[in-house]
Amino acid sequence: MTTTVAHVHGETDAPYALSHLDALESEAVHIFREVAGEFEKPVILFSGGKDSIVMLHLALKAFAPAPVPFALLHVDTGHNFPEVLEYRDRTVAEHGLRLHVASVQDYIDAGKLRERPDGTRNPLQTVPLTEAIQQLKFDAVFGGGRRDEEKARAKERVFSLRDEFSQWDPRRQRPELWQLYNGRHAPGEHVRVFPLSNWTELDVWQYIAREGIELPEIYFAHEREVFKRNGMWLTAGEWGGPKESETPETRLIRYRTVGDMSCTGAVDSDAVTLDAVIAEIAVSRLTERGATRADDKMSEAAMEDRKREGYF
Amino acid sequence: MTSTTDQVAGLDDLAATTLLRFATAGSVDDGKSTLVGRLLHDSKSVLTDQMEAVEAVSAQRGQEAPDLALLTDGLRAEREQGITIDVAYRYFATARRRFILADTPGHVQYTRNMVTGASTADLAVVLVDARNGVIEQTRRHAAVAALLRVPHVVLAVNKMDLVGYQESVFAAIAEEFTAYASDLGVPEITAIPISALAGDNVVEPSANMDWYGGPTVLEHLETVPVSHDLTACPARFPVQYVIRPQSAEHPDYRGYAGQIASGVLRVGEAVTVLPSGRTSVIEGIDALGESVDIAWAPQSVTVRLKDDIDISRGDLIAPSANAPATTQDVVATVCHVADQPLSVGARVLIKHTTRTVKAIVKEIPSRLTLDDLSQHPEPGQLVANDIGLVVVRTAEPLALDAYADSRRTGSFLLIDPADGTTLAAGMAGESFASKAETTVQPDDEGWDF
Repeated sequence: MTTTVAHVHGETDAPYALSHLDALESEAVHIFREVAGEFEKPVILFSGGKDSIVMLHLALKAFAPAPVPFALLHVDTGHNFPEVLEYRDRTVAEHGLRLHVASVQDYIDAGKLRERPDGTRNPLQTVPLTEAIQQLKFDAVFGGGRRDEEKARAKERVFSLRDEFSQWDPRRQRPELWQLYNGRHAPGEHVRVFPLSNWTELDVWQYIAREGIELPEIYFAHEREVFKRNGMWLTAGEWGGPKESETPETRLIRYRTVGDMSCTGAVDSDAVTLDAVIAEIAVSRLTERGATRADDKMSEAAMEDRKREGYF
Repeated sequence: MTSTTDQVAGLDDLAATTLLRFATAGSVDDGKSTLVGRLLHDSKSVLTDQMEAVEAVSAQRGQEAPDLALLTDGLRAEREQGITIDVAYRYFATARRRFILADTPGHVQYTRNMVTGASTADLAVVLVDARNGVIEQTRRHAAVAALLRVPHVVLAVNKMDLVGYQESVFAAIAEEFTAYASDLGVPEITAIPISALAGDNVVEPSANMDWYGGPTVLEHLETVPVSHDLTACPARFPVQYVIRPQSAEHPDYRGYAGQIASGVLRVGEAVTVLPSGRTSVIEGIDALGESVDIAWAPQSVTVRLKDDIDISRGDLIAPSANAPATTQDVVATVCHVADQPLSVGARVLIKHTTRTVKAIVKEIPSRLTLDDLSQHPEPGQLVANDIGLVVVRTAEPLALDAYADSRRTGSFLLIDPADGTTLAAGMAGESFASKAETTVQPDDEGWDF
């Protein structure tokens, strides 16, 4: 019998070592399968950003050749990049998935949410998200959050119990021991699940490159009409920018994260390939969120405060 | 030597690295934050915006130097009180390896936090202050590392700059610790004299301690072997989920999905399914899209068997030649992690690998005092941070290994069925550590230079 020794790359310590990407992949797949085995109605939060795209890719591998046993949920801020919405719809169709959309615009139109003076819609996502979870009775909600993103996230468990108001209480978290995840919850409560907890931004990009995963084109350098607000390049458009005092200009940029257009900044870049993007990130002196997210700069504990309220 | 320019390696080089999970333990003023800060900082894991935020908050508080603890204390309450509440996970990398650091607080609720951090660690760094030597807290950390069977322990003798970098100070501490930890059954101990503040032997070799010929902390972290313990054990495959597409393309596919808990699985191997005891042969292994003949822990795979037998989540597939016994009477050491106590007679759930069953706490024969390892008989109950021996009767048989043989299939959780609280972390087997068996007196070569 021939022996196929898969997944051993380069310098390893033992004949049966795993590369760090294989170890992370294996752990994430284990988490997806635990949730499939223990919960009634899980859902994957899918924004069309790289982390949720990697999550979907892992879920496809975890259950192959069967289909992914979860639906997707997108919280649409109404200010999403058209390229990302196009990617979302194409991906859903390609894999025969079910997509639920919770719309911030609908909540604003119905008078249930009020537009913020600064025009940022990212914090407004919490209400449509938590109401969708309650109405559709999801008991496990996969998020692409990584502990390397932010110091409050470094404290987050892989399985994060949320009460009936979706609140996170960092002082009342269950200790997470070995690979034994405790997903027990009362009716009305749910568990947020973060399979990419132990991944870093660079891991995500290396994995995308290794697996040949397609991304929305805004992740690669392109020319775009942008303007500067609070030190960040924002996309000009109907969502509310630029104001009279702000001047649009065309620059060669790419996005490091994908979110609401009102608070997601672009970075100057000429990286048009995955290798170029990885090389750029490897030498960057700014964190992903520090470089491109306005909403995390609102206060020292902005992320913690939003997570307490039910944000992912 | 590691330098930040190594970071910009080609994609292939970056993908070739392995992953080491380690935990740090130290008392309040041993300099753990400084050590963690230096490892993060010197491996380029503290980026400009994070450092600027730390500097801004430090300045706002009137502190002269940036407080590196702010890098790791992420919660409002932690910053307000200047304490670390809970385990946090940090990530950094060198060209050789990726690291996941479980940063465990030293002074509050130390036992359950260190147990949590150590449960997934391949290595634990125990810090001592060179001026104080081995103290009660150090013995506690060594005992937890031994209890959790962390394969490698590093004793970092910190603040060597404050004892004149004297070899004799280091040697005495290293000898005392090595004797104590070996006695507890810690398999491998490496003692390193450091100054986290001055940077001696953390990332760069120290010019002040030419008598020391061993690795720096980072060098040791980069080169210590990982995962060997998992694949040397008999194979254990807890079934997580049954994959049955029932599609036109795959009408008869029936695969058992799971993560190999220990050992190696091979196509053609005779296997037994527990607890039913049915037998079959591995027909195929699908390693996430690739068909392979061999797979090993901790790979997530899907196993197909020759015979169509009844297998579901919670079952365990093991080689017929080396299958574990099943039992309904579990004797184990537990660390109590919840605020509500665990009493004799308590009805609980036991979560072992992918199987959760009802159970009852029949006896709590003893509670352990970590400080002197003395046993207190029949305590009646265990409270938060207690470690004790328990006897649990389960409603259904479990295929449980001794924790000493397998951290993955010898561990379990006790869960409160009423509210889902994780009550205790369990390690199957009689003994706290192999204290009785290991009576070897370590000589001068007892630590690893």
